[in-house]
Amino acid sequence: MSSLEIQDLSVWFGHDENRVDAVKGASFAVPSGASFGLVGESGSGKSTILRAIVGLIPTWSGQIRVDGAPLGKKRPRSFFKDVQMVFQDPYASLHPRHTVDQVLGETLKLHGFKDVDTRIAKLLEDVGLGQPFRFRYPHQLSGGQRQRVAIARALAPEPSVLLLDEPTSALDVSVQAEVLNLLSDLRESRALTYLMVSHNLAVVAHMCDETAVMKDGEIVEVMGVEDMRAMTPAHPYTRHLLDSSLGYKPSDAQSA
Amino acid sequence: MEKLLDIENLRVTFPTRQGEFEAVRGISFNLGRERLGIVGESGSGKSMTGRAILRLIRPPGRVEADRLEMEGRDLLGMSEREMQRVRGEQISMVMQDPKFSLNPVMRVGEQIIEIYRFHTGASKRDAYAKAIEMLQAVSINDPERVMRAYPHEMSGGMGQRIMIAMMLVTEPKVLIADEPTSALDVSVQTQVLSIIDRLVRQRGMGLIFISHDLNLVASFCDRVLIMYAGRIVETCAADQLHQARHPYTRGLLNSLPRLDAPQPRLEALKRDPAWTLAPSVSGRI
Ligand SMILES: Nc1ncnc2c1ncn2[C@@H]1O[C@H](COP(=O)(O)OP(=O)(O)OP(=O)(O)O)[C@@H](O)[C@H]1O
Ligand SMILES: Nc1ncnc2c1ncn2[C@@H]1O[C@H](COP(=O)(O)OP(=O)(O)OP(=O)(O)O)[C@@H](O)[C@H]1O
Ligand SMILES: [Mg+2]
Ligand SMILES: [Mg+2]
Repeated sequence: MSSLEIQDLSVWFGHDENRVDAVKGASFAVPSGASFGLVGESGSGKSTILRAIVGLIPTWSGQIRVDGAPLGKKRPRSFFKDVQMVFQDPYASLHPRHTVDQVLGETLKLHGFKDVDTRIAKLLEDVGLGQPFRFRYPHQLSGGQRQRVAIARALAPEPSVLLLDEPTSALDVSVQAEVLNLLSDLRESRALTYLMVSHNLAVVAHMCDETAVMKDGEIVEVMGVEDMRAMTPAHPYTRHLLDSSLGYKPSDAQSA
Repeated sequence: MEKLLDIENLRVTFPTRQGEFEAVRGISFNLGRERLGIVGESGSGKSMTGRAILRLIRPPGRVEADRLEMEGRDLLGMSEREMQRVRGEQISMVMQDPKFSLNPVMRVGEQIIEIYRFHTGASKRDAYAKAIEMLQAVSINDPERVMRAYPHEMSGGMGQRIMIAMMLVTEPKVLIADEPTSALDVSVQTQVLSIIDRLVRQRGMGLIFISHDLNLVASFCDRVLIMYAGRIVETCAADQLHQARHPYTRGLLNSLPRLDAPQPRLEALKRDPAWTLAPSVSGRI
């Protein structure tokens, strides 16, 4: 069980005229065992927040607290067992010359598990991939199959916080349903805490109690699931997002 | 209907440890100046269908077909050199994995400029201007920065839009778009789709739109092929997708979470072995 708190987080890349301020003073809190959503404009800094939390970007200011303890620039060893991330891009995040078996096996060994063999089989089953996939390389898998491997890898160390960056956008809707059900079950049985980025508002509403909406590096509003379902946001950008989520209208083509 | 693509009995086969694996098992369809959606579960052969049309299946994988024609020209019989001209100029494909298809050590701008000049012979200056214009068209607000950036400096959705800009800059007759908007927020998605939509309506481009987003396909496309295990199990007009009859299609529709109606659990598909055995439905009109 772990809670996650972000306070006045700013993240930037480069310096001088090349500086990009990707996140500007973001704050939110995810109680232990809760599921929190991040939605918003493409390029608004959602992935950057997740990557700053796991320590992939050194250039940040503000506070990040896991279970009340503020994180420094260096993460303690235990952090990487506790907090796991599923990356947005299932292609880039798997080593091209490692089989599924190697990917999962190495993660398990790294975190000191002994019964590696049975755990790999169980993980594959949990994410809906059978034994035939165990010895395949990433290029022999479809997009959705790769994402399931990435989720299995994140679950392997039995973390308490999962940072999920578009975990189901590469999945078909049925596998998405299975994975979301799986994530819900795991959250319940293992009391996991989720921070989840998605462009699919229905997915976020299904999974999350609260959701932050981002635009241009800033959080414009934190919205409860009831307001989302009732389509009663506080900020005009959120209203625009909710309206756009209703499907494509040819009239949009004329006005765009 | 004026045909751009004509495909009959297309098969894609991979040798594996367990023997031959048929990713696409004899599908037939054609494409006019329309928006054709392809939906279906993960692994059903959507991407391999798209890649096969462009002959982008890596050996030892094999592509076979009784017919694979672009405006009456046989694509399977072409030399690799001829195919290089077809790719980009006649048929472009936006790959499902944008970052994977961009060159990681080359600036975004150089990549767009290079592809444009290869196919049009334009001057560097014109190509630069064209590249900026295309990036703006896909709603990239700071195109000058993006031109100078490397792919890893781009967000997921920016990478996807760069790929779309790159594939449209040569004004192809057919665009195969494999999950082109899965990393975009719904607002930018609408903007990007409206550009593609205009190319279909005004320039008569043919579009194959591969997507998991059933609601989007239903509202954006003209007709839909529904794939399962390498075959087409059902076809319908896009606006009839929500009334589809096949239990597999119904299963896909029922597994969607809904914003307007909370469910404690989502319904997952219960597969029937008979679906795999049923012959492929024709997607020709
Ligand atoms: N390594 C980097 N170097 C420079 N700029 C970067 C880098 N990584 C990200 N950025 C910039 O930071 C901004 C935010 O990117 P981020 O990936 O967080 O967006 P996002 O909200 O996840 O978008 P998407 O929904 O498209 O994935 C973008 O403008 C991007 O170009
Ligand atoms: N090189 C390969 N060797 C063996 N099998 C392969 C290879 N490439 C793809 N496949 C298999 O072919 C099938 C079809 O793959 P394809 O990429 O077309 O699926 P898809 O419908 O696009 O799925 P997704 O929605 O997940 O992207 C999958 O089961 C995949 O595992
Ligand atoms: Mg992102
Ligand atoms: Mg695919």
